[in-house]
Amino acid sequence: MNTAGHSKAITKLLLHLHPNKVDEQSIKFTRTFGLGGVAALLFVILFITGMLLRFAYVPSVKEAYDSIIELQNNVVFGQLLRNLHYWSGMGLVLVSFLHVIRVFYSQSIYYERRKNWIYGLLMMFLVLFSNFTGYLLPWDQLAFWAVTIMTNMLSYIPFIGDALADMVRGGDEVTEITLLRFYHFHTGLLPLLMVFLMSIHFWLVRKSKGVTVQTSEKREMVPTHPNLLYKEIVVALIVIVALFLFSMLVNAPLQDKANPLISPNPSKAPWYFMGFQELLLHIHPGFGIFVIPLLVTAFLVYIPYMKYTDLKVGVWFNSDKGKKLTLITFVFAVLLTLVVIVTSEYFLDLRDWMPQVPVLISTGLLLLLLYMVPAAAYLYYIKSKFDAAKIDIVMAMFTILITAYIVMTIVGSLLRGEGMHLFA
Amino acid sequence: MKLKFTRRTFIKRAIYALLSLEVVYIFYSLLGKKKDGDVVDGWFDAGNINFFENNKVYPFGSAHFYLSRLEDGGMLAISIHCTHLGCAVQFNQNKDRFVCPCHASAFNKHGEVLSPPATRALDIFPISIRDNKVLVNINNPIRRDKYEASQLTYV
Repeated sequence: MNTAGHSKAITKLLLHLHPNKVDEQSIKFTRTFGLGGVAALLFVILFITGMLLRFAYVPSVKEAYDSIIELQNNVVFGQLLRNLHYWSGMGLVLVSFLHVIRVFYSQSIYYERRKNWIYGLLMMFLVLFSNFTGYLLPWDQLAFWAVTIMTNMLSYIPFIGDALADMVRGGDEVTEITLLRFYHFHTGLLPLLMVFLMSIHFWLVRKSKGVTVQTSEKREMVPTHPNLLYKEIVVALIVIVALFLFSMLVNAPLQDKANPLISPNPSKAPWYFMGFQELLLHIHPGFGIFVIPLLVTAFLVYIPYMKYTDLKVGVWFNSDKGKKLTLITFVFAVLLTLVVIVTSEYFLDLRDWMPQVPVLISTGLLLLLLYMVPAAAYLYYIKSKFDAAKIDIVMAMFTILITAYIVMTIVGSLLRGEGMHLFA
Repeated sequence: MKLKFTRRTFIKRAIYALLSLEVVYIFYSLLGKKKDGDVVDGWFDAGNINFFENNKVYPFGSAHFYLSRLEDGGMLAISIHCTHLGCAVQFNQNKDRFVCPCHASAFNKHGEVLSPPATRALDIFPISIRDNKVLVNINNPIRRDKYEASQLTYV
């Protein structure tokens, strides 16, 4: 018996992800830029292409690389399949990052959305972890050394670092155990966790009555179908077409088979970790890998739990003043980061200048202060000069952090060549 | 004052905590080292002692070390793994130093840091000499902060 209520179950389930009616403001493209939706779409594409790739891939040191070659050369559309998966993965990192930035600057993480911000950060972490575990699987030089570098970074965490790195690798070097382990994380545990967290993430958005909108403006509700639905379909189709075109034109990189005896010069981490690698060129690893990431994470988690007096939920940059300050802060942070990078690269040799001081202080704390003192002075300056409120200061701190990471990523991945020298 | 923490919540949380610990423990032991304990003392035969000239460095790629013989005939078996992030260092003949391609750390023939970001001297392996053969214990790298004369092996 097929009653009207039970036909087209899949379509109806999908439609039920949305409410019946949505706020007109919330479906303007510039409110969200569709970033969350695009991220979800990329996840689905990754899931499908990943499931197919599993049939071709053999997770062993002996056969991994050859199975990729076999896939690329002898399977119909094999190369395209791998390209699609690769570029969607990179796209997901980028889009998730932009999504984090979007929700932050549009003041969409406060009050009832606090918890969703935390889940979002957690998913950002899982996206990076997924991408990173996938990075090893081709078992080429690029993969092997990027993972060697990254897992060795872990060992600088005080007390538990060595044990943690050994646990991730399953030994003190990257071996077949590591490959198998990463494979299972990448194709089993992580996607499962992501599906679970995505469900919570979406449900919490629904619970907060949809996408954040400005509370001051008049709310006008319109039917979801067709107003929102058509926009979503258009964006999704554009993304899919763009992804296919790009994957047809640009192949996913594959270097020589991994050789544990020869590090390519230069050896680089995946591009989204190049900010970290750049940081590590300058600062003591204890700071670069442990202290700074810990402080930044604590700050990010704590942002929506602080008390603000002048918070305008849903308003981009909180106010026009905020917008102006963010722009100035961005320029300031670009300059400061570049100046500190160049100074530390060419003029500073703290370790040799102070041989009797522990390196943790000379190349760690002092270098951190070199960055933090001008930044703090700048924050004090905008506070007194522009009468910046607490929310503006927090936004400025966020801007400095994000900008610094972006600048370091660009410098590390584009401006460093042989021997990791600048402009080599 | 009203107690927020009732007996019921206490028991609940205790059960959750125990269950989580159990899961963490199982996961940890799944991922933990499987081959702990059966590390054999593998001695790698690097060849006859007379082959190695003073003041030269010999690569043993497959065994992951360089044999460095110093001016006075003392020998060090230096690990190829950079102490910074584990890349394979290469010996640069012209500059007379080990250079890491990943982050440009450099080490001298004793394995001491010449330029950062590495903070620690390269690991060494124990050497023993039997019947004029140089044997290197490649399963037991020795961590060290800096070079000391006692680390050298003489004939």
